[in-house]
Amino acid sequence: MTDDASTDQPAAEIAPTTISHGPGDGAVSAEKHGMFGVAGSGDTSGFGGLVRDKWVAPAAARPYGSYFDELVDNLQIVYPEFDAAVTKIVVDRDELTLEIKREHLLGIAGALRNDQSLRFELLSSVSGVDYFDANQPESARLHSVYHLTSMTYRRRIRLEVALTVSDPHVPSLTKLYPTADWQERETWDLFGIIYDGHPALTRILMPDDWDGHPQRKDYPLGGIHVQYKGATIPPPDERRVYK
Amino acid sequence: MTEFAPSRQTTEGRVYNLTGGDWDSVMAEVGPFKQERLVLNMGPQHPSTHGVLRMVVELEGETVTDMRTNIGYLHTGIEKNVEFRTWTQGVTFLTRADYLAPLFNESVYCLGVEKLLGVEVPARAQLIRLLLMEINRVSSHWVALATGGMEMGALTAMTNGLRARERCLDMFELITGLRMNHAFIRPGGVAQDLPEGAVEALRQWIKDIRGEINGLRKLVGQQPIWINRLKDVGWLGVEGCLALGVTGPMLRAAGLPWDLRKTEPYLGYETFDFEVPTEDTGDCWARFLVRVEEMWQSVRIIEQALERLEPGPVWVDDPKIAWPAKLSIGPDGMGNSLEHVQKIMNGSMESLIHHFKLVTEGFRVPPGQVYTTVESPRGELGAHVISDGGTRPYRVHLREPSFVNLQSTAALCIGGMISDVIASVGSIDPVMGGVDR
Repeated sequence: MTDDASTDQPAAEIAPTTISHGPGDGAVSAEKHGMFGVAGSGDTSGFGGLVRDKWVAPAAARPYGSYFDELVDNLQIVYPEFDAAVTKIVVDRDELTLEIKREHLLGIAGALRNDQSLRFELLSSVSGVDYFDANQPESARLHSVYHLTSMTYRRRIRLEVALTVSDPHVPSLTKLYPTADWQERETWDLFGIIYDGHPALTRILMPDDWDGHPQRKDYPLGGIHVQYKGATIPPPDERRVYK
Repeated sequence: MTEFAPSRQTTEGRVYNLTGGDWDSVMAEVGPFKQERLVLNMGPQHPSTHGVLRMVVELEGETVTDMRTNIGYLHTGIEKNVEFRTWTQGVTFLTRADYLAPLFNESVYCLGVEKLLGVEVPARAQLIRLLLMEINRVSSHWVALATGGMEMGALTAMTNGLRARERCLDMFELITGLRMNHAFIRPGGVAQDLPEGAVEALRQWIKDIRGEINGLRKLVGQQPIWINRLKDVGWLGVEGCLALGVTGPMLRAAGLPWDLRKTEPYLGYETFDFEVPTEDTGDCWARFLVRVEEMWQSVRIIEQALERLEPGPVWVDDPKIAWPAKLSIGPDGMGNSLEHVQKIMNGSMESLIHHFKLVTEGFRVPPGQVYTTVESPRGELGAHVISDGGTRPYRVHLREPSFVNLQSTAALCIGGMISDVIASVGSIDPVMGGVDR
């Protein structure tokens, strides 16, 4: 942030407008102002002067619809600690999400893979998401998201584990699903989620000696010292003056 | 110490670093080895490694005893960049991920955004998307066969393959205006309707490409060297594929007929008549056969799609989402149509405001997350798209089949010969743009 930015009209003083999200009533009271501390109207993203409600997916109630009820029933039978493990069940846009505690990740994934009524043979994808909130730096903002596919039943399920930045540990799924190897390395590289028990958790896309985890939301786009040329590119809000 | 081989003493014995020169003259100076363990670095600029892929291969004689794959040389931060663009601009970035299958990247992302928006594109736009993806599947498989052939010294396979791919690129140029990086499929529809004469050109293309496929079958289908290089090489069975997350032609070559076009149909694939080719030997030869047959089946789909094309809109009927401008080809290439510019600049102030808002700020997408998939030429291409309700994607993750499949290199290569490494990696068909994103 440049010094002259403080002399500009701060975002909060531009008449705040609350944006309606349309369907879904998951809005909670937390507010969000711009991105990356944009102060003036230099933000061309359209919400520099807007205040938006932070959105949290609402928990689903039975019946979940589709094959979700049967799937959850079966998982409850196979994994008796289900109620302690699952913090929230979300059904949104025909997709089932189980938000689970990390202690139970291996148990749930093992049950999903091994039980004949579930048979999730394929771990399609592991990815990270950073639900960054500048007002709550110690919130469980880092999410490790798993997409599992059952080829036998042609079903999909999403598992989500939420972690804090100060304790970003989650058990690795490499022993259950070897395909998690590179995908967990990528998530470690870009989000800094530590997968305990991974055979070689090293950077995979960024150079080995890179500092920081670039896809975290508090990691700016640009503005990083380019180690090869000694050049510095300013972050987007300082790059061009629209003020 | 020789000119070619500086050495150092390690706990595992003396280690020599060779970077060139004549093997015999080095050996004459170094003297006979008691123990010969060769660590060979291949890539990232090796012509046979399919782009900037680096492999570190440990050899015992000519047998591979260990292997590591090193990626990241083409990491361009596409997923990070997309978070700073509008939903429509995101296509421009994602199309560059797997640059040999750009229309699949565009489609899977747009399907995700549309699922978040809760809209469905009109039938004609769906058919155009399907049509383009199938042409793209053919062109991608041609590159896989051409470069795979080149890496094994079959240069005629390469020249023929690239000639056939050129025919596909001509179709892309005709329809989208570009040969690569189209950004043609966009959330809410496709950028433009098919140009005049496209259907006739595609019918001619079908004839030509069938000739090319038959030519390939004649050229290498019975060729003994080609067969010897591929048969029983780089084996991976169904269990191995599933454990490593390998999908696409590799999985089908191992015997599992898993094709998302059949198992989880999208864009109306369930109404088309086509086969899912499989083999059961799980080697490079089986993958070659599967790819050739898949091209044939794609041409069948294209033929049916052309029959079904009916006039209609190519954008969703929602002016808050659909791109306001019609494009047209002018003297300086593709651009906004003059008619539209006339309207917004001279006719209607409201149109101008609407155009400006939608193009610069973009539309809002209701918050939530989705995971959509399509069957790309390399397997399950997934898009994990998250919106926080804003005009820009909160997070987009591509589940890239190239990235996941490439994990199988060690399983394919260890225990085989060094020359088979080339054939095996070629049969995975990784595209580094997709691997590194």
